[in-house]
Amino acid sequence: MTQFDTLTEVQENLKNGAFTCAQMIEAFLERIEKHQNLNAFVEVYAHDARSRATVIDAKLKHGTAGKLAGLVVGLKDNIVYRGHKVTAASKMLEGFESLFSATVVERLLEEDAIIIGRLNCDEFAMGSANKFSHYGPVKNPLNLKKVPGGSSGGSAAAVAAGLCHAALGSDTGGSIRQPASFTGTIGFKPTYGRVSRHGLIAFASSFDQIGPFARSLENINLLYETMAGPDDYDNTVSQKEVETVPPEQNEKPRKIAYFKDALTSEHIDKEVKEATFEFIEDLKAKGHTVTGIEFPLLDYLVPIYYILTTAEASSNLARYDGIHFGYRSENAHDLESTYKLSRTEGFGAEVKRRILLGTFVLSSGYYEAYYGKAQKARRLVSDKTKAIFEEYDFILSPTTPHAAFDISAESTDPTKMYLEDIFTVHANITGIPSVSLPLFQNSKKLPFGMQFSANSFQEADLLNFAKNFINK
Amino acid sequence: MEDILKSYEPVIGLEIHVQLNTASKAYSSDATSYGEEPNSKVSPITLGHPGTLPMLNEGVLESAVKLGVACNCQIREVNEFARKNYFYADLPKGYQITQDKTPICNGGFVEIKDANGADKKINLTRIHMEEDSGKSSHDIDPFNTLIDLNRAGTPLLEIVSEPEFKDGTEAYNYLSEMRKLVRYLDISDGNMEEGSLRCDVNISVKPKGQKEFGTKVEVKNLNSFRNVQKSIDFEIKRQVELIESGGTVTQQTRTFDAGSGKTQVLRAKEDAHDYRYFNEPDLQPVIVKEDYIASVKRNLPALPKELFAKYRKLKLSEYDANLLTESKELASYYEEIIEHTQNYKGAANWIMGSIKSYLNERAASIAEFPLQAKTIAELQILVDAGKVSNSAATGELFKALLEDPEASPSELAQKLNLIQESNEDELMAFVKQALSKYPDKVEAYRNGKKGVQGLFMGEVMKLSKGKADPKVASKLVTQELEK
Repeated sequence: MTQFDTLTEVQENLKNGAFTCAQMIEAFLERIEKHQNLNAFVEVYAHDARSRATVIDAKLKHGTAGKLAGLVVGLKDNIVYRGHKVTAASKMLEGFESLFSATVVERLLEEDAIIIGRLNCDEFAMGSANKFSHYGPVKNPLNLKKVPGGSSGGSAAAVAAGLCHAALGSDTGGSIRQPASFTGTIGFKPTYGRVSRHGLIAFASSFDQIGPFARSLENINLLYETMAGPDDYDNTVSQKEVETVPPEQNEKPRKIAYFKDALTSEHIDKEVKEATFEFIEDLKAKGHTVTGIEFPLLDYLVPIYYILTTAEASSNLARYDGIHFGYRSENAHDLESTYKLSRTEGFGAEVKRRILLGTFVLSSGYYEAYYGKAQKARRLVSDKTKAIFEEYDFILSPTTPHAAFDISAESTDPTKMYLEDIFTVHANITGIPSVSLPLFQNSKKLPFGMQFSANSFQEADLLNFAKNFINK
Repeated sequence: MEDILKSYEPVIGLEIHVQLNTASKAYSSDATSYGEEPNSKVSPITLGHPGTLPMLNEGVLESAVKLGVACNCQIREVNEFARKNYFYADLPKGYQITQDKTPICNGGFVEIKDANGADKKINLTRIHMEEDSGKSSHDIDPFNTLIDLNRAGTPLLEIVSEPEFKDGTEAYNYLSEMRKLVRYLDISDGNMEEGSLRCDVNISVKPKGQKEFGTKVEVKNLNSFRNVQKSIDFEIKRQVELIESGGTVTQQTRTFDAGSGKTQVLRAKEDAHDYRYFNEPDLQPVIVKEDYIASVKRNLPALPKELFAKYRKLKLSEYDANLLTESKELASYYEEIIEHTQNYKGAANWIMGSIKSYLNERAASIAEFPLQAKTIAELQILVDAGKVSNSAATGELFKALLEDPEASPSELAQKLNLIQESNEDELMAFVKQALSKYPDKVEAYRNGKKGVQGLFMGEVMKLSKGKADPKVASKLVTQELEK
């Protein structure tokens, strides 16, 4: 009952009476229970999911069910759901319950999706291995010794292990696409401003974007189309109409670019490199034009990303101060000690590292040298990227420089860890849509993804093109 | 000391925060209010809960453009918002959404009177939009600071002046002018006691003629115009005395103690915040187009300066014109009277006389005055037509109308028997009767004893039971006597 990758298959079974939503939910709950060792779920909404399933079964009977009826979805623990706890995997928000639902949650519920629980992630979505969680690391279902990637590691693991049909994640620098690559799932980051951030616990406001994980393009499309579009509660959402993904496959030859230098870097795993070049040859053979291009700003992407996201994070996370909500140190005795102790005790090491970095790059005397410069560089990267899309339809790269690494691998050097994001941050710096497709497996049977990015608001074209490689 | 003071030149600038009277907050739909149950006007957005985002209230933009236009500022087209980061218990997000490098208004000026009553222009540096913090109360609970977030997120305009004030009086006059302006524009109630108008002072002194400015001191927590004035006058003296006695002024923030009339150190420069301003990524820049500015300009109410000029043109004295434009409500009441009568001076006299004294007795405002402006105009018309004497109108009739505000003045005058006889035919009968009663006095008049005219007037009034219009009657008596 839990094995179907597409909603069409689920709905067919519901329709022909093979099983009910209620029975399917029981099966999922059982499966989640059995895979507790993955540490993917932070909380399972068993009661909620059961009663929603009953309601939706009745709706299906009466033909009044929404278009996502039968879809079982998990939420990354940084997307708020009215009356439910949400913590961004931080001790800082332990016990915090949201007074409202994220716009994406409301839209999913309106179409009768069932939300089955909230999923582990890196604290405040900062991390690439899901090891910086207050709830402990998540394991990769394909190899329990490996990380699932991060920061949406729980979302990726849950979808890969079949604990839900799909999951929502958030992608600030690759937090959807990188774990998708590590777990053999599809991960999609829409254009910045395409999906409302209302109800997403902010990490870096001008980079954050909510997106789906699934095992089929069909489910990715459905979730994307349901969530996208204007929202009164997010001023940065585009008013542009959402284009739906055409149902038919489009095989016409396209123009694809890749960054030459990115693929020659020594940081990239040999198998990943080989697979990418093979794939490029394959594309060419199918009639597509694939061109290696220069992108001289490549070396600046990761620095731009870390300067700007940490700056925004230092401000976004200021509200966690022990005063109004969230964790307050028991040792606090006045205002200043409330701030200092609550934040020292409530935040994990990586979050503190980024807050300090962000505070530094914004402080007077350093602002121009870091934040000011990084903003100018971001503008340059965007302009250059726009220029590429005047000539090419898509930019191609591996999603990650290698497949999933060991959980036990010590990440002593944070700057080295940050290079994990080399391929993914480009889409967040420029705001363009980007998808990771599970196309490869290395000799150790670990998956890794291929990433396609398109020009802003070209989601429909991008997802349609992806059908050439994934047939469900 | 006076001489020493004269050898120094103070440099004073003001920062005013005006709390806007929009129905909802700057970035959320929470109601704005004063004096509500603490923490009752707080949504998750106001509380800064995780996942909330600001939404700009268009009313804030409109208010800013109104004030900018009224102050002759340049209005910026592309308006970015910025975050001002600092930790305080009544600042739920840990930052204030404000404008940094792109204030909506640049330049502009306000006209005031200096200490000698001469005209002076105060140039403005900028006006920008921002949000208020909540309120901390340190004196209600002996052990805890209590926090009320109702005010958090209420929209503010910050108006920064150029350092062009020479003394406390100028600052006082500027504040009065600014309050008048925001009230005329109906963007704020400008009430300093309730905190909807707040003022910080930047002040330094330098020897006369010296180019570079002295070290600046900021004075905060000023809760009345008088205290602003006093704090400035105190600071000028303090700083000059300090320098004269060999000391140096240090950069600090001071607070004014109204009890002692002195300023005291609040914090030194070393403790100054680094606000780490950067662009607010949650709000897109707001574009203010030329045609929007033009439409705001078109719909701007008449401003005190314009009304003053208009009243002077209507031949009112400077004193009258000043008084009438004191508040928007008074001016609009006057405007409404003169919609119905052209006797502008007469209409002004009603306000300065009977109405003012009514209001003063009750410490009331014009809004609470029971009679409609139209009623006052009707009273004036009755007087001007000679139907009711001025003394009856301002006396008995006015009183009667206050008792019965909905009554028609002419009907009430009739009822009270206050209508004067101004019909010449009818009056002529009384005049003839009076003259025939005293033929010898008529003779005396004609022989040059003009003084007896009063006797005939008295007789006419008696015969008419006091209702004869004295002007007409006097004319007729003279006319008959001169025959």
